[in-house]
Amino acid sequence: MSAIYKRELNAYFTSPIAYVVYAVAALFGGMFFMGCVLIADTTDMTYVFLNMTSVVIILIPVLTMRLFSEEKNKKTEQGLLTAPVNLFQIVMGKFLAAVTVYAIMMVLFIIYGIIINAFFVTPSWITILSNILGLLLFGMALISIGTFVSSLTESQIVAAIISIGAGLLISYLDTLASSIGVEFIQTILSAISFTTPYQNFAVGIIKLSDIVFFLSVPVLFNFLTVRVLERRRWN
Amino acid sequence: MVEVKNLVKRYGDKLAVNNVSFTVNEGEILGFLGPNGAGKSTTMNIITGYLSSTSGTVTIDGCEILDDPKGAKSKIGYLPEFPPLYQDMTVKRYLEFVYDLKKVTLPRQEHLAEVAKVTKIADVYDRVIKNLSKGYKQRVGLAQALIGNPPVIILDEPSVGLDPKQIIEMRNLIRGLGKKHTVILSSHVLSEIQAVCDRIVVINNGQLVADETTDTITTSVKGMKRLQLHIYGNENDILSALRTVDGVSRARKVMRTTDGCNEYIVESKDDKDVRRAVFNAMAKINCPIVMMRNAELSLEDAFLKITNGDPVNSRRGGRK
Repeated sequence: MSAIYKRELNAYFTSPIAYVVYAVAALFGGMFFMGCVLIADTTDMTYVFLNMTSVVIILIPVLTMRLFSEEKNKKTEQGLLTAPVNLFQIVMGKFLAAVTVYAIMMVLFIIYGIIINAFFVTPSWITILSNILGLLLFGMALISIGTFVSSLTESQIVAAIISIGAGLLISYLDTLASSIGVEFIQTILSAISFTTPYQNFAVGIIKLSDIVFFLSVPVLFNFLTVRVLERRRWN
Repeated sequence: MVEVKNLVKRYGDKLAVNNVSFTVNEGEILGFLGPNGAGKSTTMNIITGYLSSTSGTVTIDGCEILDDPKGAKSKIGYLPEFPPLYQDMTVKRYLEFVYDLKKVTLPRQEHLAEVAKVTKIADVYDRVIKNLSKGYKQRVGLAQALIGNPPVIILDEPSVGLDPKQIIEMRNLIRGLGKKHTVILSSHVLSEIQAVCDRIVVINNGQLVADETTDTITTSVKGMKRLQLHIYGNENDILSALRTVDGVSRARKVMRTTDGCNEYIVESKDDKDVRRAVFNAMAKINCPIVMMRNAELSLEDAFLKITNGDPVNSRRGGRK
């Protein structure tokens, strides 16, 4: 697993992908920081994070699209699948590499916190940290979905588009739920919606149930990715 | 060392591999021969655990590929048809990655240096793989298979895309590997297999059609002689005259040559020399022979005979 993790991490940083993702994140992060904190004259960074979720929905598929589709397309997966490692280790190695690249992005928000701290007043670090945790967990969920989608197709473009679509769909689940009249479906949709658990993190409430909710998504989708790879052997 | 038993692989309705069984003994170089699409790569992919068989078993040195995939895979070095190279890595980084991936415990730098030396890639060690020539890529692919010194080496068409000099080098390399490893080698380049392998397994349409030593296969089709002729004159007269010659079993026109005569192939039984009789027959009908030579029956012919379903006169051959 560590060999795959190291290789993937290397691939992110020897190609422009990681830098481009960081640059775009810094651009939008800076814009939101300017608009929601500096101009609004507040130390509350909650809106910076809430706005960042939509940027993350676009950026994460860029990180995950190549994970399996490139291997399939360039026929390198044969090397992985005939090596003495099991499928779970392959999936986890790739998943954790993408999570690492994503987690490094969170440094950005700590820098914003330090800026507030240095030039204005002490911000609510708890709220910032819980927001970072929320964004991290939200991202991990999207990464696992993106990894899963990437294992389904040979084309990186297709993987990216479907992952972005999935991310947007998740963020609109609540709107969708309210527009559907059937109560039964409404209950299901709002139960799997990311919005409610995410809002707790946004206001600084860290609840175990929310953490479990967000972590259950990578557990499910990494499991599904393993199954996809497994199935490919059998047909 | 490698035991393949009643292997079946179905893709939907298509039977890609149909009840194939063979064993490879320790230290043996086995040639896996078949036309394109015969099921060679599928069989190799099943042996290496990349694909699963519909039914049947593969055992590598006592490890069943489905029951103990880790154990079995750690005993195999595999060079697939398309070497699994990460184009953006340097050769060094890539080989180190494979070393880590296979969890090799041999001394790292020494082992990698040795593999690079054996496969002659030391001079491109620090270059990015995508900039290498096809021959070097193929050798890096081979190096990747050799890392960890697995007892079984499986090579799927290792000399594809190499120039003649590199093919000879690759052949010598494989022969060298055969001293320490069990090697399975697939190819449709028959001369290659003939030159390197101790034993040949021929597969066609997913079925095993022969499993013989290289010598047996070549001698089994040698009960026949072939004569290649260029003759001027009327095609029908010539063919009927040739067919009446004592000892000739088959005569056919192959093509028209550039200098205006026709090329014929005459097959004769046994070791009977028909050259003089053919000459006399042609002289009688006044058709000058401008070229005559013995056409050697090669493994190519054996292969075509076997895969066309012609029985091969040998102990176990001609199985359908």
